[in-house]
Amino acid sequence: MLSNIGEILVFLILASSFLIIYNAYLDIKIRNQIVKKTIYNLSLFQITFTILSFFTLIIGFIHSDFSLINVYENSHTAKPLFYKIAGTWGNHEGSLLLWINILVLFSFLFLIFNFRHNKKFRLCTLIFQNILIIGFVVFLLLNSNPFSSIYPVPLEGLGLNPILQDPALAIHPPLLYVGFVGCSIYFSAAMASMFSEYKGKEFALSIKSWVQISWCFQTLGITVGSIWAYYELGWGGFWFWDPVENASLLPWFAITALMHSVMVLEKRNTLYAWVIILCLLTFILSVTGTFLVRSGILNSVHTFASDPSRGIYILLFLGMMIFASLIIFFNKHKKESYNFNLKTRETFILVNNWFMAFFLVTVLVGTLYPIFLDVITDVKISVGPPFYNIVIIPLIVPFIILMTVGPQFKWINSQDIKFNKNIFVFFGAVIINLFIYYFFGSYSILTNLIFIVAIFLILQCFLDAKKSFSKNKKFEYPRIISHLGFGLLVLSIGINHQYSLEVDFNLKVGENKKVNNYEIFFENIKIEQNKNYKSVIGNFKLTDLKKNSVQYLDPEIRVYSDPETLTYEAAIKSRITSDFYLTMSNVSRSEYYNIKFQNKPFMIWIWISAFIIASGGFVQLVLKKNEN
Amino acid sequence: MKISIFKIIIFSFVIFFLLVFWLGLKKNNNYDTNNIIGNKISNFQLSSIYNNKSISEEVLKKNKFTLINFFASWCAPCRTEHKYLLNLSNKNDDVKILGINFKDKKNNAISFLNELGNPYDFVAEDTEGKASIFFGIYGIPESVLVDSELVIIKKIVGPIDLEQYEAILQLTQ
Repeated sequence: MLSNIGEILVFLILASSFLIIYNAYLDIKIRNQIVKKTIYNLSLFQITFTILSFFTLIIGFIHSDFSLINVYENSHTAKPLFYKIAGTWGNHEGSLLLWINILVLFSFLFLIFNFRHNKKFRLCTLIFQNILIIGFVVFLLLNSNPFSSIYPVPLEGLGLNPILQDPALAIHPPLLYVGFVGCSIYFSAAMASMFSEYKGKEFALSIKSWVQISWCFQTLGITVGSIWAYYELGWGGFWFWDPVENASLLPWFAITALMHSVMVLEKRNTLYAWVIILCLLTFILSVTGTFLVRSGILNSVHTFASDPSRGIYILLFLGMMIFASLIIFFNKHKKESYNFNLKTRETFILVNNWFMAFFLVTVLVGTLYPIFLDVITDVKISVGPPFYNIVIIPLIVPFIILMTVGPQFKWINSQDIKFNKNIFVFFGAVIINLFIYYFFGSYSILTNLIFIVAIFLILQCFLDAKKSFSKNKKFEYPRIISHLGFGLLVLSIGINHQYSLEVDFNLKVGENKKVNNYEIFFENIKIEQNKNYKSVIGNFKLTDLKKNSVQYLDPEIRVYSDPETLTYEAAIKSRITSDFYLTMSNVSRSEYYNIKFQNKPFMIWIWISAFIIASGGFVQLVLKKNEN
Repeated sequence: MKISIFKIIIFSFVIFFLLVFWLGLKKNNNYDTNNIIGNKISNFQLSSIYNNKSISEEVLKKNKFTLINFFASWCAPCRTEHKYLLNLSNKNDDVKILGINFKDKKNNAISFLNELGNPYDFVAEDTEGKASIFFGIYGIPESVLVDSELVIIKKIVGPIDLEQYEAILQLTQ
């Protein structure tokens, strides 16, 4: 029953896409600036059908309707309600439906909110967006139908991978999807802009908010994913340069570059071609990422739901997207004249873009090189953290310096700027770094440099905040907040990396172990029966011998029943200055447990600063709304 | 559209990328048990867990059949298949067993074998799990049965059970 309803709704989405394209095409020929009412109505129908189809699937999951193959494969009656709902997008088919939902949602919102802009441009955008929608709906119907039914109806489902049963992971995909799929709208807008000759400042204004929205969500999505890896995978790290993490980082670099250069287009009416390239590139990279993750071409901890036949379809689609955008770009591209003064804000934004392009290429090479090598020469390698650390980390230093100095310049011309204050701030940073170096232990020259520039950026952001607050320059806030977040992020990663403590040992109940200033006592072990898993909980007493303070840590081993899987839940005590992180795993045939203890300073600040970075974007959106 | 060298380069790049992706998709079957049968194991070099002596394909070519078994002391299912391996090594002299210790610590592996008995004619170490990739291994226990030409005649994913054990005996008669 649900299967039929769902499929009918998906067909209705497809039909309304065709009708929208047809009507928009007719309407473009009419020379006025009013978009026909029919198109609004069709879009409204389309969004309604899309949301309803998604709700149908959610209902299938809530009621554990195992007549749907998708529910049967990914759910179980014993699962808590929250994870039943999250299970909707915790699998390939359901997440593709979510993907379509976001495509349609952005298509609808773009049509409604951009009413001030040129009609031909809006309708062209709508046409391109609906071509994308058709592409993905056809993919859904042919290859990944979440509404496929199964007969006879099984009595019980197979269950959701327990490692995915985590609140952070339940919100991670929707956040990332809004970020990645949201890029589709300015992909379409860029195509439309080239077609309708709607260029320059106007175009920049039409896409700016959409770029910011998707940037915020991408940043949040990546952060939440990282938090999940920290809590759930039990490795105690926050970034592994895993190919799938990289796949999410690639569009982020492109979109960050875009978010900066779109301002140049708005203020100076130049860099149009570059903005178009970035618009196209961001979505192309998002789809490339999807291809890499879903096709099974990569092997990584994250690769779930891999299936080569999906890969062929996404690849075909990707190829068409790239060719279409290249051909249109080359046909419509006209030479621009650039007129930049060296000492201007736009020059620094351009420099930011070069850095972003460099980071992008580095990560792209690191991610794709193993695939290429495997295909061409049959040699299997994996590119790990050392490569990225060597290539990226040294460049962070000039990058942050330019990031600090750049915003001090004005647009177009700023000859009369003096840097006395900045030099002062820089020396402040050097002194603070010396304190850290002296009191907490020595580190390499590179780390010194990184600490100095990060502190420099943070201090400068505070000064800028004070200045723009007293002059009531609200439009500077978002930039200051995000840059401050970035400075904090680099500093906390540096400190975390420098002062982490990690030890591995075996312990049995009643024993204790001394590590540096800490004493770990294994008190006892408890076995608990939960709804869909059994857990073995260890009770540990952690004493800080220096401060004489006591903490209790309870790591867990969970044995899930459907499907039968073991997961290790870390016990984490987050504090402002550092995190204690303890995992235990059983050693077979012995009463000993393998314990991994870590003390990770400034861990929580990594998440906080990532949220600060994202919040800069949200502040911008709020300010803009108030302005309107 | 005017054709220029720059555009040709860009298009060739894109075509190259897409082609490699496409080939990558077609190629991605090294985890499929059926496809690996009939393949020949190419040159490998492992060192023995007991004395660091090297074990290479030359050693295996002397045997009529070799069962290459991947195990680790931390792997629970490896214990369940252990009795079949012991039986095999007692019953059938035509089959030699090479144990490859996968992502394990040397001492743990040795005490594992002391405790449960050692069915292996050779025990090699693969501490980082890198060498095992060449055998198409992605999780243990897994076993590969090869003949004297090092052609794979059977691959077993997961622990060896009675059925698989009998299949090995039949294949090696």
